[in-house]
This record gives sequence, structure tokens and C-alpha cells, in this order.
Amino acid sequence: MPVTAAAAARRDPAWLGRLGWMVAALVLLWPLLVATEFRPWSLFDAEAARVTGRFIASFVPPAHSSEFLWLVARETWRTVAMATAGITLALLLAVPLALLAARALSISAVMGRMAPLPFALRQAVRIVLIVLRSVPELVWALAFVRVVGLGPAAGVLAIALTYGGMLGKVYAEILDSGELQVTQTLLRNGASRLQAFAYGLLPQNAAELTSYTVYRWECAIRSSVVLGFVGAGGLGQQLDSSLKMFAGGEVITVLAVFVALVALADRLSAALRKALG
Amino acid sequence: MHEPAANRRYRLPPPLFDARCKACWLVAGVLALVVASFATLDLHLAELLAPDALASMGRFLAEFVPPDLGAPFVRRVVIAAWETLAMSALGTLLAAICGVLLALPASRLYAGDAARGRGAARWLLNALRSVPELVWAAMLLIAAGLGPFAGTLALAVHTSGVLGRLFAEAIENAPPGPAAALRTQGAGVARVFLYATLPQVLPQLMSYTLYRWENNIRAAAVLGVVGAGGLGQLLAFHMGLFQMHKTATVLIAMLLLVALVDGASYAWRRALTR
Repeated sequence: MPVTAAAAARRDPAWLGRLGWMVAALVLLWPLLVATEFRPWSLFDAEAARVTGRFIASFVPPAHSSEFLWLVARETWRTVAMATAGITLALLLAVPLALLAARALSISAVMGRMAPLPFALRQAVRIVLIVLRSVPELVWALAFVRVVGLGPAAGVLAIALTYGGMLGKVYAEILDSGELQVTQTLLRNGASRLQAFAYGLLPQNAAELTSYTVYRWECAIRSSVVLGFVGAGGLGQQLDSSLKMFAGGEVITVLAVFVALVALADRLSAALRKALG
Repeated sequence: MHEPAANRRYRLPPPLFDARCKACWLVAGVLALVVASFATLDLHLAELLAPDALASMGRFLAEFVPPDLGAPFVRRVVIAAWETLAMSALGTLLAAICGVLLALPASRLYAGDAARGRGAARWLLNALRSVPELVWAAMLLIAAGLGPFAGTLALAVHTSGVLGRLFAEAIENAPPGPAAALRTQGAGVARVFLYATLPQVLPQLMSYTLYRWENNIRAAAVLGVVGAGGLGQLLAFHMGLFQMHKTATVLIAMLLLVALVDGASYAWRRALTR
């Protein structure tokens, strides 16, 4: 016997199959590599490496003049304020639309099938919500920068529209997914839809609705930084201008503040959501 | 004479504000934050809702129709959409590989594992994760130049952080039996991972990766706004030149791409759970 038992045990019995899959994957990968102009070696040619090296070297020391720190503090507050104002406006949009879209508040559905007109209305509202949230906030911001000019208003409106869509859709889903008995009993006994909402659906779902809103506020802080890159103010705009000037020290300071801000918002929102249970 | 009810439950409702009521303080805090936000941002919302502002917004929207559906431009949009798709796929794939490589030092592989690099690796993963893709793209443009390569790398870097953390959790939560059996037979760390832990957690890693791919397609669509290729670059370019008909085409392509991915992942998940 040419192969000893020990040698056979060392060899992977499925090696041929594994190799075959790898080759197939590489063949499939080839068009992707072409489409993305994937040329890692271009990172290391002399010119690029020199520029990158100089940029990275300028990270130390981080910018720490009191003037710059003051600027960063102001932009940090702007970022938080943009997220908060955006979410507030989003609520103005999301709450009425969610009430319109929620199946749980349909009087005709209590008795069986929903009547055709309310059904059409609910579907229409749902489509509006889907359109609002599927346009990325960055695109809304690009459009609003054209209309209302550079500044936080564009960012706030972008957050309001995208998050209005997201919150409205999820609110409607939360309202529909709970236990509907109380609400339906109220509706059957002649309560209006708003009464059924205020005394039936809202007390049941308040904690979940609040906790989702807090989570989205945290997401809005992240995205308001990104919105700054198209000129909507806040930390993002500061980061963008520092990057354009190749000021590595400023970039690292802004990044550190941003990471700390996100971590803080994360902690705060986790604590709030835990308290809500 | 008015007697208070004997049973506490039947007395008057509690006052609206009570210094010990946490919810009241929370509501007051949130209100203060909202008021302060609107007060300091000088948004001029009233001016935005003025009739002539609304009219100019309407004119702006009207410029979008009709979208430019001429064959040469549609071809460019299709190429850009393919670039976006390729960026997201390759970025996610690279991130999955880096994610596994970073998840290994970031997880305690067995009960007595000293896992010396765990704190540092987790810190690195958090740092990668908390900087958004777009910011990575803007920074990587300096090293990789304009184009889809920078976008791919940005997606890969951010997603490595996200996936690495999820993978580390999955690896730590895998049932320890098979790995322990191999380890007691004297198999090395690499073999224990490849033949015991990895096959157990692979389905979970795959589903995390697919989920992130879905997210990354959305992200890749807008990354180009800073110059990192794909549909976003086309969008920013034509919007910058106020060519609204072309912008509308790109927007439609973006929405279609996202809707397609959503539909596919919905169908996929339904097929899996059925």
C-alpha cells in the first residue's frame, strides 16, 4: 500500500471540492474586480505612497488649539441639534401618516374585510412612506442644498423626510402587530379612532414606540455627520474642509470627537431603552 | 365635609409633576433639548414655508420631469449601477474575510483562553465601525484616488468593523463541544477553528454577511457623492451641473436598485423561513 494510514489521515479528504469552489469563485469575482478598478498595488506606487505618508504623518499632533477646539465644540452641538430638530420634524410627519396607515384603527376592518376606499387610502399612505424612506438622506440633502442653500436647514429637512418615512412605517407596523383586542372592543362600542388610539393602542405600545424613536435619534446623529459632507453644516462639514486642506491633525481631532459623540449617544440610547423595558 | 377616600387607589390621580418621577425629568430634558436645538440652529423654517419659497421648490421639482431616457445616457446609468453593485459585493466580501481575521483575536475561543489581544482587537473593531462609510471614502480618496476603488475599500473597512464584532459574538457563542474534542486530541488552533468552530458558525456568518451586503448596496449608491464611483458620483455630477433630467434618471435607477435588492432579500428570507 503506497499511502500509509497516518498520511491518509493528514490529508483533507474534501480538498478537490474545496479547490474547485475556490477557482469558481475567482472566475465569478473577475468581473467585479474589473468593474471596481481594483488595483491594490496602486496604493503603494511612489507618488501615492508619498502623499498618503505625508497625510498620515500630519495626524500627530492632533489639532488642539483652543480656537479649533471651540469650533469643534460648536459644530458638535450643531450636529446634535440637527439630529434632534430633524427627528422632531420627522415626528410631525410620521405620527399622522402612521395613524392613517395603521390597519388596527380601521373601523370597517373590525367587522371583517376593510372597505375598498379606506384600503386604497392606507395603501397610498404606505407608498408615500416607502418613497420617503427609500430616497437616501444624502440625496434629499443634495436636493435641499440646491433649494434652501448651504446650512443646517438642508440637513434638518433631509433627516425629517427620510426619518419621517422610516418612523411612520415602523410605527404603523408596531401598532398593527400588538394585541388588538382592546382597540377593537373600543371601536366596536362606538369609540372614535383617536379615542381607540389614545386609550387602546398607545398605552400598549408606548414603550416600544419610544424606544424605536430613541434608537432612530441615535442613527440621525450618525447620519447628520455624513450630511455635513454635502454642505449641511456640523462636524461633517468641518471634517470635509479639513480633509480638503490635508490638515491631518484637524481630521484626527474631529474624528475622535465624532467617535466619542457616537459612543455617548449609543450609551445614552441603550440606557434609555433599558429603562423603558 | 370632604373625606379623602380610605383606599389609596381611589384618591385623586397623582400630580402631573413630582420631583421623584423619572419620566417627568426625561420629558422635561427632551423638551429642553428640542427647544435648544431649534433655537440655536436658525433654520428660518418660516421663510422656507413662505409662498415664493414653496413656488421655487415646486419649480425645482418640475425640472426633474421628464427623466432623460436617451439610449446613450441610460447605458451610462446601467454601467454606473453595475459599478455600484460590484463595489458593494466586493466590499462586503473583503469585509467578511477581514472580519473573520479580526474576529479571531477578538474572541475568547475556549474557557481558559487568555485571549491577550481581545481588548485591543475589540477596540479596533469599534473604531472601524463607528466611522461611517462615507467618511472612510473621503479619507481613502487621498490614498486611492477618485473612483470606485476608494469606495470599495471604504465599504470594506467600515463593514469589517461591523462584521468582525458580529462574528466574534457568533464564535464565542458557538457550542464548545466539537472544538474541545479536537483540542484534547492535540490539534492546533488553526485546525480547531477550521474543522470544528467554523463549520458550526458558518450559516450565521453567511446570514450576517448577506444582511450587510443589503445595507452596503444602499451605502454604495450614495458613496459616489464624495467622488468614490458608482451611481452617487453620476448623481452628484449631474446635479452639480443642474442637469435635472439626467439627475432624475439616476435617481430612478437608485430607487430601482434598492427596491430590487429589498425584494430579493425579502423573497430569500421567506424562502429560508418557510
